[in-house]
Amino acid sequence: MTKINLLKPDNNNLPLFLGLGVVFFVFGIFDFYLSNFLSLNITSFLPRVINFFTPLIFAVIGLHFIRIEFSGIKILDNINKNINTSNFNAILSVSIILLIIFGLPPLLNWLILDANFAGDTKEACTGGGACWVYIKVWFNRFMYGMYPNAEQWRVNITFIAVLVFMAAGFFVPTRLKNYLSLYYTILLPIISFALIYYIISGGSFGLVWVETGAWGGLSLTFMVSFFSLIFCFPLGMMLALGRRSNLPIVKYSSLSFIEFWRGVPLITVLFMSAVMFPMFLPEGTYIDKLIRVVVAITLFEAAYTAEVIRGGLQALPRGQYDAAKSLGMGYWRMHVFVILPQALKLVIPGIANTFLALIKDTPLIFVVGLLELVGMLNLAKTNPKWLGFSMEGYVFAGIIFWIICYSMSKYSQNLELKYKTDR
Amino acid sequence: MKLKKILPQLLTLLFIILVFGFFTMNAQENMETRGLEFGFGFLNTQASFDIQFSLIDYDGSHTYARAYLVGLLNTLLVAFIGIILATLLGALVGVARLSPNYLIRKTASFYIEFFRNIPLLLQIFFWYFAALRALPMPEDAPMILNSSFMTIKGLYSPAPIWTNFDVFFITIIIAMIIIFFFARYAKKKQEQVGKRLPVLLISLAIFISLPLLTFLIGGVDLSWSFPVIRQMSASSYTFDGGFKIPPELIALTLALTLYTATFIAENVRAGIQGIGKGQKEAAASIGLTTSQVLKLVIMPQALRIIIPPTTNQYLNLTKNSSLAAAIAYPDLVLVFAGTAMMQTGRAIEIVGITMATYLTISLGISLLMNWYNKRIAIQEK
Repeated sequence: MTKINLLKPDNNNLPLFLGLGVVFFVFGIFDFYLSNFLSLNITSFLPRVINFFTPLIFAVIGLHFIRIEFSGIKILDNINKNINTSNFNAILSVSIILLIIFGLPPLLNWLILDANFAGDTKEACTGGGACWVYIKVWFNRFMYGMYPNAEQWRVNITFIAVLVFMAAGFFVPTRLKNYLSLYYTILLPIISFALIYYIISGGSFGLVWVETGAWGGLSLTFMVSFFSLIFCFPLGMMLALGRRSNLPIVKYSSLSFIEFWRGVPLITVLFMSAVMFPMFLPEGTYIDKLIRVVVAITLFEAAYTAEVIRGGLQALPRGQYDAAKSLGMGYWRMHVFVILPQALKLVIPGIANTFLALIKDTPLIFVVGLLELVGMLNLAKTNPKWLGFSMEGYVFAGIIFWIICYSMSKYSQNLELKYKTDR
Repeated sequence: MKLKKILPQLLTLLFIILVFGFFTMNAQENMETRGLEFGFGFLNTQASFDIQFSLIDYDGSHTYARAYLVGLLNTLLVAFIGIILATLLGALVGVARLSPNYLIRKTASFYIEFFRNIPLLLQIFFWYFAALRALPMPEDAPMILNSSFMTIKGLYSPAPIWTNFDVFFITIIIAMIIIFFFARYAKKKQEQVGKRLPVLLISLAIFISLPLLTFLIGGVDLSWSFPVIRQMSASSYTFDGGFKIPPELIALTLALTLYTATFIAENVRAGIQGIGKGQKEAAASIGLTTSQVLKLVIMPQALRIIIPPTTNQYLNLTKNSSLAAAIAYPDLVLVFAGTAMMQTGRAIEIVGITMATYLTISLGISLLMNWYNKRIAIQEK
């Protein structure tokens, strides 16, 4: 038995320090658990300030004891390396562990354990947790807005059809691959617009006319972001090329266009499309609100896309331009076959971020009176039969948006890796 | 060859002229039929609407121009608070992302992934309609730190009451000027002698002691006005005195801060990671201490990477503060493009002024940042 120094745990007294450390650590956690969930304070004899921190102090002391280098025990070494490198780190780690213990059980209780799932009236919600009945009852409204219940299959069919047309690009024979970009930028928007116009909007083929004011919910979010997305990409590309052009008028008009849209908030752009734009049209012309909104968002996001693509264009070495020119390529051939394919590959993450921003911006269309998911939530919240469930609604919408955005960002990271070419 | 250069430009010009011409013509016609005349004279007429929260004197008898100023100041207030808080939080989380501690690292990245993937508007609604509505009514609110109350109607905190505030303020400015010259002197001295003066310590001492002296000599005095609860009617209570921060401002600042900080954190992380390991090792090998390595070698280089995208985030935050309109915080958009426009019906002028204001702020900040970027850029040969 060698000398024991409590301030410097060492390898020689490993079992002792390990035992002491675990006891202290467990005691700290135990103390925290008791005082928080059973309101039993076993250290109440201490002054208030110290008493509050006892769990932290005990657990940190415990971690201090088990901080032994090269102990030979794999788990211990891993713990020390990852969460217990110094006293400061130990304090932070313990704080986070305690925070999780403090926050997780009530959260789980509210979300799942105490929540109500069954039933279809407000009275069914008796537990202390979330009332998911509210979401269940309003689900159709959240998805389709004010679209008549009997007609909702039309929205579903259209979405499936658009998805099929989008996926069709992956299955074309190789010799048609060259025309794929044309398909996505020109043909697909036309097809989708026709589908939406004839099926969702209706009015012909025996389908009832549903005005755009009744569209809403998550399906509207998708529609607005889908169209803005496919239109803003080619426009942004043109603007990016225009901005790098050496023709002064083209360059400066692109530049001022980009800077203008980037300098104003989207909400004012939507205001403009709602109240100011009709003033700029000939007397008696009426453009549908939804189309105005899509155009406004497209112009707005195109400016951001343009800046991202410009970044890619600038990142290409001059040699690429020179090489293309030396082969006798003109401006358009050079850009289409040499520059843009490489530049676009570089800007995949940036483009994905812009699209994510676009999706996250769509709730703003409430300004012009279109109610997508978040707008519908605010409408449902004020329904006198269902007062007091705003929290459930926001959590629900938050989860949906989070899943969409998170999966998109992960997908873009995959794309980035896939198309990465070494230079 | 000439034609190839002139033709596209001519076409662009023609397109722009056509679009603008078409719009102006229609606008003129529409204004005429509605009996409106384009002009900014309405700014000097009486606004006759109230604004809930204002930094300057305002009531219904003031002009529209004044209402515009109130809205602008409210926007700038949110942006200012938001930028400071988001920078602090973002820097902290960004550093935490690189921590050797597994738990810290994961917590930081969880926070980032969580908050950046939820629409800002949804977050604002969440804080305002769900979280802050769960706070107690004024009569049930517990006292925080023996002075403040966090209630459903907002945060009530003690308000400072100054006597001779101007003396105090001038002293602070003088202290700053002294510190500035002292720092320059210390640097010069270090270059001559090679010994560092404890600049930070002395600066702090000056900054604290000089203003404190004014309490003794300058006749400056500070007392606090505490919020006191008062019954208005049988079931309605309010607070008298103190300083009130409306819940709209709290919700907006919270949401903007938490959302923007995630982006700033990623910038900070990228900036620090962008510095080669060799830099750190080289600095350590010439005998600099850890804090000196960070301050003199890592940070100056990392900042060069961090600042440009972070400026963009500041601009985004300022522009996003216009979402205030959704929860009725009286910012520029709500006051001017909302209420004022409803009353006057002057869509073109008002939306134009609002956009021009944001445009000025954005372009102003980006010009400033371009200048700053040029100044700190590495001088390559």
